[in-house]
Amino acid sequence: MDLTSLTIDAARSAVQERKTTALALAEAHYARIQKEDGQIGAFLTLSKERALEQADRIDRMAAEGKRLPPLGGVPVGIKDVMSTRGVRTTAGSKILEHYIPPYDCTAVARMEAAGAVMLGKMNCDEFAMGSSNENSAFHPVRNPRDLNRVPGGSSGGSAAAVAANMAVVTLGSDTGGSIRQPASFCGVVGLMPTYGRVSRYGLIAFASSLDHIGPLAKTVEDTALVLRTIAGRDPMDSTSAEVPVPDYVAELAKPVRGLKLGVAKEYFGEGLDDEVRRAVESAIDKLKELGCEVVPVSLPHTPYAIPTYYLIATAEASANLARYDGVRYSRRARGVKTLSEMYRRSRDEGFGAEVKRRIMLGTYALSAGYYDAYYLKAQKVRTLLARDFEEAFRKVDAIVTPTSPTAAFRLGEKSNDPLAMYLADIYTVTADLAGIPGISIPCGETKERLPIGLQILGKHFDEATILRVAHAYEQVTVPTQYAHL
Amino acid sequence: MKITDKDVAYVAELANLELTDRERAAMQRDLNSILDYMDRLNQLDTSNVPPMAQVSDRYGADESRQGSERFAYASREDVVEGLRKSLPHQEALENAPDADDDFFRVPKVIER
Repeated sequence: MDLTSLTIDAARSAVQERKTTALALAEAHYARIQKEDGQIGAFLTLSKERALEQADRIDRMAAEGKRLPPLGGVPVGIKDVMSTRGVRTTAGSKILEHYIPPYDCTAVARMEAAGAVMLGKMNCDEFAMGSSNENSAFHPVRNPRDLNRVPGGSSGGSAAAVAANMAVVTLGSDTGGSIRQPASFCGVVGLMPTYGRVSRYGLIAFASSLDHIGPLAKTVEDTALVLRTIAGRDPMDSTSAEVPVPDYVAELAKPVRGLKLGVAKEYFGEGLDDEVRRAVESAIDKLKELGCEVVPVSLPHTPYAIPTYYLIATAEASANLARYDGVRYSRRARGVKTLSEMYRRSRDEGFGAEVKRRIMLGTYALSAGYYDAYYLKAQKVRTLLARDFEEAFRKVDAIVTPTSPTAAFRLGEKSNDPLAMYLADIYTVTADLAGIPGISIPCGETKERLPIGLQILGKHFDEATILRVAHAYEQVTVPTQYAHL
Repeated sequence: MKITDKDVAYVAELANLELTDRERAAMQRDLNSILDYMDRLNQLDTSNVPPMAQVSDRYGADESRQGSERFAYASREDVVEGLRKSLPHQEALENAPDADDDFFRVPKVIER
């Protein structure tokens, strides 16, 4: 039995039925990490002590014949922007290189309460700022499907670990596409829930009105299972919504026949790679065969999404990153004589180039004389983008698009041109701006065997529909590659 | 909007970043190219459009109320130790680069 090729339920039931143990599962994944991660770089920290304690707890429950919780014994990875008590959390940055949080992120606590075994912390772009995982202050992550290429970002480590079977499922974060785009580049499933669906308590903040926590997994069912585990109101996050959590797994079985899927011309225009276009169009044809009706829609403000996103996100980031001042928990520069020198040098030394660029852009956009022209203007265009979706969702149940204009690019290919890197987020930032959920699922490969992602966007708090469509597509296209016992 | 070296220096001061001369030159170039691109937002007439400052405000669960009343459920009684205990003092000092038993220690604020 290959212990590193399992889905969540297969792993949990194997432990429940005593065909294996949580300890054996954890050890098998650590062995795989030992063997593969030198080349890939997905993990920043391994949390063996915590993992083995949890595995032991689960194994004792199984030995006593007790019913295991839904993620019982399942090895998981957590993106290093989520605080884990007693386990180093860096946000991919030198400024937090030695930070050990005194508390757990709610989403992590819920995963562990459901029996998940945390293997370690996943590498990511610094402070979640990036689309290639090349901005990690420690080392880049390589795409397991082609080691010369990026895994995507900023949740590059999270996506790569699942793709390489170094974890069954991981948690990532998405502010402008950081769960969906790496999922599409690595050939795994990635879900960004509705804003407020999952608590952000314990997520190291990048842009507070755009940040989301979500799962990356091998299958849609696993994605639904994790969402069911982490979603729901949290009094520690006032923006987490008081909306009931449906059984997302049970919802998967509902039929998709008769659902209306919108196709927006703005997502199929210039800049979209031909192979990606063909794969996505084939996927849409497949969905038509399953009984979905395809309806043309228009999202006319799409061309304004990137500037809107980069003004709002950087403005919010400049405020959120002001706390890294070298006083209470972040890296402090040596040999400083005054407080003000301490602030400036600690930050300049501790932050990487992309982070500094975004802080500068955000500070400028918010500064006196420019606030109206940039930040306020962007907030108004954001309303127009949200209205585009509201209008479209009067006619359709979900919208299907490519996740990214291209498949994974080469390491170093875009790192000299920040604007070119930003423009690659064109299909993903719109959902973050509107607060709607989106999922990316594999829908084919380029001729160089690089994964291509199909994105399905849904109405607020309607993850059930996008999961159902994704599941229906997956069932008729993906061969059963994950062992079931 | 053309950003000058002086603008970069001013913004760096606001952001508490001590940029090297090379960083300042690169930053000026990058900011100008990015802001040039951002100018396209001016193609849109937003004179009667409200800013979307909060996402929850727009899609809060309580549809019968307006604005911040939509998430009145998120507030609690203004009592000390309302939701949970405060972080213990020692734990709060654990990650400090420099501290004594009581305080975070930093260089002098006022120079004499």
